[in-house]
Amino acid sequence: MSDYNFAYLDEDTKRMIRRAILKGIAVPGYQVPFASREMPMPYGWGTGGVQITAATLVPQDVLKVIDQGADDTTNAVSIRKFFQKTAGVEVTERTTEATVIQTRHRIPETPLTGDQILVYQVPIPEPMRFLEPRETETRRIHALADYGLMQVRLYEDIARHGEIATSYAYPVEVAGRYVMDPSPIPKFDNPKLDDCPAIQLFGAGREQRIYALPPHTGVRSLDFDDHPFTASKADHACAICGSGTSYLDEVITDDDGGRMFVCSDTDYCARRAEGVQ
Amino acid sequence: MNAPMTRLSGGFAHPAHDSARGFRAILSAMARPGTIGQMQGGQGPAPISDAAATVLLVLCDRTTPLYLAPSHDTPELRDWIAFHCSAPLVAPGDAGFALGDWAALQPLDRFAIGTPEYPDRAATLIVDNHDFDAPAQNLRGPGIKDRARLALPEVEPFTANHAHFPLGWDAIFTAGARIAALPRSTEVF
Repeated sequence: MSDYNFAYLDEDTKRMIRRAILKGIAVPGYQVPFASREMPMPYGWGTGGVQITAATLVPQDVLKVIDQGADDTTNAVSIRKFFQKTAGVEVTERTTEATVIQTRHRIPETPLTGDQILVYQVPIPEPMRFLEPRETETRRIHALADYGLMQVRLYEDIARHGEIATSYAYPVEVAGRYVMDPSPIPKFDNPKLDDCPAIQLFGAGREQRIYALPPHTGVRSLDFDDHPFTASKADHACAICGSGTSYLDEVITDDDGGRMFVCSDTDYCARRAEGVQ
Repeated sequence: MNAPMTRLSGGFAHPAHDSARGFRAILSAMARPGTIGQMQGGQGPAPISDAAATVLLVLCDRTTPLYLAPSHDTPELRDWIAFHCSAPLVAPGDAGFALGDWAALQPLDRFAIGTPEYPDRAATLIVDNHDFDAPAQNLRGPGIKDRARLALPEVEPFTANHAHFPLGWDAIFTAGARIAALPRSTEVF
């Protein structure tokens, strides 16, 4: 343990990240610029989330890391080992045992509590980026809360497809002010953002932005009165645990079109499967 | 029993662990306005409370301009901050952090509230030796389930500050080992 400073980052860097997190908490949904550091993993592997986790962990924490809901994928295993080695914290796969959960693209099925912190890995933090590439302009859009462009995008979805076709990274309005990218979680997870008792922190390493949702913050998915937001999932039950309410991954099982639907949240699925047997 | 306070004493025994725990206490206070937490580890010369000294150790360094209000602008405290934080001491308008008793921090319109493009460029006020027994006010907003209550020195400055949202300063209240916070997003009513 003497080979690394606690949680890898130096104290100056952690202080800088901590100050950014606090400003993010004070202005929910606003993207705070921060001086993102190079981490010993490539961009796209969760460097933003890792830096937030490093600045947030205390030695007593129990850390869980998930990638698309799974604890046992390469990204999740690597990050979990990283903090085991550099922070010496206890790790777990159980959502209920974790105090800090770093996630890529899912919110656990098991409801979070006020004693937990959820850290999201974010690739593109700017919800308006694909509509307006200029940072100066998106900054002005947020300053003026001039979000008509996003409503137009959703409207064009309806005009073309008959419904809002955006199925992940579905834009939300935070506390009646900022429009925020909830990271590429499926829109099925969007309702869990609202009034969540846990602190939710978002980190984008390459894009150098941190944003946050304090507990019990109102988070509304953008929609229209005549086309209300709906959280959708594959219309099946899990092939392993039988859950009809959890978010499902489609798994191809052979070359003949065989497939099955299983829970994306491996901990939720395993615990249910244990309970069933 | 205690060694006399010097400019060199009162830092963290284990800087990485103590600042991590300290940050979680500040995060908890800022994310849940109205809740009062415990904050220990730092110890500065009077009149600074242990909680405020710990906040400085956790958040301030040579990159954070700090304003010392008259109540806290003593040679001993200046020396202590120079040794432990190296934060440059500046005028109120240039401050990222401001430390002082509530009365000494007035008038508050001197502090940065950010710009529409960068609302994060706003000051954080560390209101030290706060009277946690003052009349409690009702709070609502992000971080609060339904309603919370917190003792505040006055009401009007906080409602005026919230009216600027998303601009505005954020306040951290400290006394002894206690800490609470009131970000600009909180509505006092």
